[in-house]
Amino acid sequence: MTDTTYHAASTELPHFDDDPFGPELLEDPHPFHARLRDSGPVAYLERYGVFALGRYEQVRAALSDWQSFISGAGVGLANFRTETPWRPPSLLLEADPPHHDAPRAVLTSVLSSRALRGLRDQWFADPESLVDDLVKRGGELDAVSELAEVFPLRVFPDAVGLAKDGRENLLPYGSHAFNAFGPRNALVQDGEATIGAVAEWIGEQCARDRLAPGGFGEQIWRAADRGDITAEQAPLIVRSLLTAGVDTTVNGISAVLSALARNPEQYELMRRRPELIRVAFDEAVRFESPVQTFFRVAEQDVSLGGTVIPAGSKVLMFLGSANRDPRRWVQPDRFDLQRDPSGHVGFGMGIHQCAGQHIARLEAEALLTALVRRVRRIELTGTPRRKHNNTLRSWGYLPLRLTEA
Amino acid sequence: MTLPTPMPTAATRTQLSLTVLDKRRESDGVVSVRLGQEDAQRLPDWTPGAHIDLILPGGLTRQYSLCGDRWDPATYRIAVLRESASRGGSAYVHDQLSPGDNVLVGGPRNNFQLVPARDYRFVAGGIGITPILPMIQAVERLGSSWTLLYGGRTRASLAFADELTARYGDRVLIHPQDEFGLLPVADFLGSGAPGTVAYCCGPAPLLAAVDAHTAGWRAGSVRTERFVAAATEPPVRSEAFEVVLARSGRSVRVTPECSVLDAVRDAGVPVLSSCEQGLCGTCETGVLEGTPDHRDTLLDDDERRQGDRMMICVSRSCGDRLVLDL
Ligand code: HEM
Ligand code: FES
Repeated sequence: MTDTTYHAASTELPHFDDDPFGPELLEDPHPFHARLRDSGPVAYLERYGVFALGRYEQVRAALSDWQSFISGAGVGLANFRTETPWRPPSLLLEADPPHHDAPRAVLTSVLSSRALRGLRDQWFADPESLVDDLVKRGGELDAVSELAEVFPLRVFPDAVGLAKDGRENLLPYGSHAFNAFGPRNALVQDGEATIGAVAEWIGEQCARDRLAPGGFGEQIWRAADRGDITAEQAPLIVRSLLTAGVDTTVNGISAVLSALARNPEQYELMRRRPELIRVAFDEAVRFESPVQTFFRVAEQDVSLGGTVIPAGSKVLMFLGSANRDPRRWVQPDRFDLQRDPSGHVGFGMGIHQCAGQHIARLEAEALLTALVRRVRRIELTGTPRRKHNNTLRSWGYLPLRLTEA
Repeated sequence: MTLPTPMPTAATRTQLSLTVLDKRRESDGVVSVRLGQEDAQRLPDWTPGAHIDLILPGGLTRQYSLCGDRWDPATYRIAVLRESASRGGSAYVHDQLSPGDNVLVGGPRNNFQLVPARDYRFVAGGIGITPILPMIQAVERLGSSWTLLYGGRTRASLAFADELTARYGDRVLIHPQDEFGLLPVADFLGSGAPGTVAYCCGPAPLLAAVDAHTAGWRAGSVRTERFVAAATEPPVRSEAFEVVLARSGRSVRVTPECSVLDAVRDAGVPVLSSCEQGLCGTCETGVLEGTPDHRDTLLDDDERRQGDRMMICVSRSCGDRLVLDL
């Protein structure tokens, strides 16, 4: 039954032998995304034996339909039913209902907008001096290492309640975790050499006695005291913050800075109309999709876009492609603050939708608010460089000049 | 080159209006109602213990626990007891509501979450069985052990009792009062060993008995919900209302056919949204004046009472005017 469905489908399905995790497509995925979308609603990637979704409609449908497209068998290429995950699976990202329910409810409440209200003033004050210093110094900088990495690392680990020592492990850990959702290519192998000690440090930070009172980490432990989650679950939920909370925002901030530098009229518009600051970040998340891909596994034979995807298949959802699907977006390749980016799938959709999205937006809003006050113009002064990652649309170098207002 | 085809509209743009798919008598005094959309669209996701608000004609709001199958994304099921002292809610559902009718729905929201445990003791009194049904479905999947003590006036009044017994055998203890007297709560709950969590939903005297017996148990190991007889909120408004956008100095009208979010957007004020189902919090907006009619899943009772913020994709207004921080 499964076989016939598959063969029937596979004769009509567009097949690709491109490697979406290879250096060429990681450098520039857009032409491939366009071919994938134009080939049909569902395609097949021969190299990995997985189904691929490139259009907005199907990506959004698969993200929303947790009953048919499950996460518990892994949201990377590895199928946890047959392969051992590189670390104990996440209780959020890699779990399905009902296991997902309690951890998700706790994290949603710890990271709710109510919780963030207390951080707002502090997070808005912080980048003022950071931006001031950069501007006073002449305004020439590598926006990746001197701004996009610096600011989240100034505010987020404190909000979690992490100790000061060892924070340099956060970026390499996140970077490896996001590489590990892809195939075990050179990117993963390079990380494996050093990840042991990094992962050990991360594990230690999740313990109750390492987490400062009042921070997100300690609040997760307090939920265990109330019995909302178990004491065994608490450290793994803290780990989710440390995995997903830093590299993502670093690349999100790089994305918005790069887009503003390349579109000076958009920066000008944002300065005139600061109510567009929040739109600017979400438009950058749509435009660049810092998290490019996630997988699901079909729980049963699922019909999608006229194809039956057989039970047990891995399905690769191209969020970055969905966010630039011309079937959904007008002139999708333009970064445009006058469009409404609402409904993009850069944070996912449905029950797994990013638990940290309000954090990410607040960080970006704080930084961009400081910029528009102090900086008249943002320009590129050289050729930016990408940093390849199997999941993240990441940056190695982004040379900018900030001109004082 | 493919030309762009027309843009799909974003998620639902009006109020969540569901159709009665069918209505069944479940026991003496209890009917169940299945709700869905005609095109079988996915409804907002929920977790066991959640309830929806049913907005009845005249603006009365009644809360009912969801008691259907969460793996069916297109259908909600509720079960409603005819209350003798009904101010119209349950009588309306019993006597008027018919297949094909449309009802407005708010939520779902969950004040009665299922927490992880090795062993669950469920105690249900009468219609208090409703939130317990999806909890049992979840616990079966979690692989924890559980038992249910289920009581009510008479055997014939106990909704879903036969189906529970047929399916789960002696894990279900059916205890009609006219045959066996009051529920043997103390014996059933035992001493509250580590790893055991008790859930109880039912009338106030039953909850009081459970509270009394479990007074010394670990924090969080006893979770109770009183089924809500009457809503205390002001009736919601079915007519149009005015929304004043304080920062941009504009004012818009919100008709029953559109959401606050739509109206604000149409006025050219940029606001972000994502799920447009009251689930994600992206569209949260400060409220400066007026009383919101909250229909989201996110704000808890305290936050609702404070009334200083709302999810404008689904929530509306109780009065004829709201002032928003936009
Ligand atoms: C621009 C920044 C960010 C982007 C683009 C992003 C993207 C995403 C996406 C696409 C998902 C959905 C995964 C899926 O459906 O399988 C997700 C989930 C998640 N994100 Fe984010 N994220 C960002 C920032 C953050 C931050 C700052 C945190 C922590 C504070 C965070 C924590 C999480 C967690 C815990 C999940 C799993 C939720 C679940 O499965 O229930 N993220 N994120
Ligand atoms: S857009 Fe998700 S709550 Fe309103």
